[in-house]
Amino acid sequence: MKKLLSIFAVVAFAFSAHAGTLDDVKNRGFLKCGVTTGLAGFAAPDDSGEWAGLDADMCRAVAVAVFGDRSKVEFITTTGKSRFPTLASGEVDMLARNTTWTISRDVNLGFEFVGVNFYDGQGFMVPSALGVSSATELDGATVCIQTGTTTELNLADFFRLNGISYEALPIETNDEGKENLFAGRCDVYTTDASGLSSTRAAASNPDKWVVLPEIISKEPLGPLVRHGDHQWGDVVRWSLNAMIIAEELGITSENVDAQTSSNVPEVLRLLGVEGNYGEMLELSNDWAYQIIKQIGNYSESYEANVGPDTPLEIARGLNALWTQGGILYAPPFR
Amino acid sequence: MNELNEVRKPPVATTGIIGWLRINLFFNWTNSLITLFVIYCLYQFIPWILDWTIFSADFKYNYLGEQITNQEMCSRNLDPENGGACWAVIYVRFYQFIYGFYPKVEVWRVNLAYVMLAFALLPLLYAKLPYRKYFLYFTYIFPVIAYFLLNGGLGFTEVSTNKWGGLLVTLVLGCTGIALAFPIGIMLALGRRSKLPVISMMCTLFIEFIRGVPLITLLFFGMVMLPLFLPEGIDMDGLVRVLVAVTLFQSAYMAEVIRGGLQAIPPGQYEAAKSLGMSYWRMNLLIILPQAIRISIPPIVNTSIGLFKDTTLVIIVGILDLLGIGRGTLADTNWLGLSYEIYFFVSLVFFIFTFGMSRYSLYLEKKLKTGINMGAD
Repeated sequence: MKKLLSIFAVVAFAFSAHAGTLDDVKNRGFLKCGVTTGLAGFAAPDDSGEWAGLDADMCRAVAVAVFGDRSKVEFITTTGKSRFPTLASGEVDMLARNTTWTISRDVNLGFEFVGVNFYDGQGFMVPSALGVSSATELDGATVCIQTGTTTELNLADFFRLNGISYEALPIETNDEGKENLFAGRCDVYTTDASGLSSTRAAASNPDKWVVLPEIISKEPLGPLVRHGDHQWGDVVRWSLNAMIIAEELGITSENVDAQTSSNVPEVLRLLGVEGNYGEMLELSNDWAYQIIKQIGNYSESYEANVGPDTPLEIARGLNALWTQGGILYAPPFR
Repeated sequence: MNELNEVRKPPVATTGIIGWLRINLFFNWTNSLITLFVIYCLYQFIPWILDWTIFSADFKYNYLGEQITNQEMCSRNLDPENGGACWAVIYVRFYQFIYGFYPKVEVWRVNLAYVMLAFALLPLLYAKLPYRKYFLYFTYIFPVIAYFLLNGGLGFTEVSTNKWGGLLVTLVLGCTGIALAFPIGIMLALGRRSKLPVISMMCTLFIEFIRGVPLITLLFFGMVMLPLFLPEGIDMDGLVRVLVAVTLFQSAYMAEVIRGGLQAIPPGQYEAAKSLGMSYWRMNLLIILPQAIRISIPPIVNTSIGLFKDTTLVIIVGILDLLGIGRGTLADTNWLGLSYEIYFFVSLVFFIFTFGMSRYSLYLEKKLKTGINMGAD
C-alpha cells in the first residue's frame, strides 16, 4: 500500500512539475501544435503537404514568435475526441483546432482559452427552391444534424422556443450531412456557419443553396493551452493579439518594413523598435514584427483562408474589427 | 444388342455454351427472372460507370486542355452536363496518398523500403523461388532495415512518424500487425491449451480481455491513456502506441483462429508424436502446428484482411492513413466536393490489397490441399 502511494506521489509530482512549456519548446527546437485532421479553411494539407488555414496560421504565428521561423512547427492531427487528452498529456504544446470556448472546457477540463480567432455560430442551410427566408418558417422540416455535438441541443432549444416542430435525421460526419442534403433526404442542414459555407462551396451549383440569416448559438473558436502555465499562455495569447492589433494599426506583411520608421508609438512598440515587450515574454524583441512579416495580420490570414475571395466565401461579419462592425477587439499594446 | 452398343452423343441441351447457360442461368423460371434482372441492372450500370470513370473523366487536363489545379477547373464543374470523374485530384495529391508528408528529398528511402518489402515477401509467398534460403535471411533482417530506413538513424536523417501518412502508414500498420500477431497468436493459442494452470489462465485472460474490447477503445487507450501512465520524459511515439494496440488486438484474434486449428488435430497425432519420444516443442513444431496452421489458412487470411481494413480506424486518434489523407484532401478548399473520386480511389487501393490477399490464400489452399481430411481416422 505504501509503495502504491509513493508511486501515486511520484506521478502527481511529475504532473505538478510540468512547468515552463516555453522552455520545453525552445529546447525541443520546434512547436507541437494540435490541429484538425482536415477542416476547410481552418487546417488542411495543401497540394505540397503544407498545412494551411486559419488555425494553421495561428500555430505558425506562435512558432514565429518563439523561433522567428514559420517552419519550426510540427502539426499533430487530432480529432474531436482525441484533442483534449492530447493536450492534457503534453503531447502538444497548444491546440488551434476550431474548439469552442465554453465554461466547462475552460474550467473543468483544466485548459485555458487564450483568445478567439474565429467567431462562429450555428446556422441553417436550405435549398433556395424551398423558398424559405427565415429559420422560423421551418415548421415540420426534416433536419440533418450531427449526433453528439452541441448543435443537437441548440437545435432543440431553438425550435422549442419558436414553438415549431422538426424531424431530426441523425448523421455522423459533415460529408454525410452534405450528401443527405444534396440528395433531398433532409430539407435543412444545420451546423456551424463556417461548416455550412464549406458545404455550400462543395456543391456543384452553390447558388441552389442558401444559408439562412439566423445564427442560433455562440461558438467562439480559439487556441487553448494547459492550465497553470501562464507564461506560455501569454505567448500564445499575444501572438494572436499581435495579429489583430496589426490589422487595427494597418500593418501588413508588405508594409511592415516601412512601418518600423512610423511615428505612431503603438506601432513602434508592437514592432519592437521601442520598449522591451519581447523580453517580458522571454521572446526576442522583434517577435511581433516577425509574425506580421511571415504570417501577416489577422485580416491577411482571414482573407487568404476563409474570406470572400476563397471558395468558402465567409464574410467578415462578427470577425470584423470592433471599429468596423465586428467584435474583434484586442487589448492595447502598451 | 447393336442398339445398346451404339455410342450416343449427350443431348445438346446439356453441353456447350447453351447447356452451361441452361444449367447455371436459366434453370427454372425464378432463376431466369433473376438472370434477366441482373443483366438489366448491369446493362444500366456498366456503361455509366465506364463513362464516368474513364471515357468522360479528366485525368490531368480538363476538356479545354488546361491542367487542372483545383476543383473549379474540373470538366464536370465547368459544365455539369458532360464530364465524369475528376481524377486530377488523385494525380496532384498522389505523393500524399502514397507517402503522406514524408520529406521529398528523403522519399527514396520509402521507395527503397517498398521495393525491399516486395523482395522480403517473395520467399514467404512463393516456395519454389530459386535461392529461397538466402532470400529468407533477407526477410528476417528486413524489419530492422525498414526501421532505420523509414525512421532514420545509422546516418539517415530522422523523419518523425508524424510526417508519415497515406499508404505508407496503412502498410506499416497492416504488415507489422499481421507479422507480429502471427507468432504472438501461436504462443497464446498454445498457452491457452497448456496444462500449466498459470500459463493457461494468463493467456485466456489476455485473449478474452482484448477480444472483449473494440479496436477503437484499444487505440484510444494506447493513444490517450498510455502517456498518462508513463513517467514524464518517456515519450512513446504516437505510431508505436497505435502499433502496440493493433498488434495486441490482432494477436488475440489470431490466437483463437489457431486454437481452432489445434483443436481439429486428432488426439492420435499427439499420441503418435509422444510415442516417438518427442518433446512438447518438437511435437508442436514438427507435427501439430504445421497441420493446424494448414487448416486455419482461410480464417487466418480472413482476420488479416479484417485488420488491414481496420487500420483506417487510426484516423480517430489523429493519424492520417490512406483514408485520412483522402479526408484531408477533401478539406482543402481547392478540392472541396470531390468526395466520389477520392473515396473511389481509396476503396480501389484497399480492394487491390485485400483481393490479392484472398486470391493468394486460395492458391495456398489449393497447393496444400487443405480441404482434404487428414489425420488418424
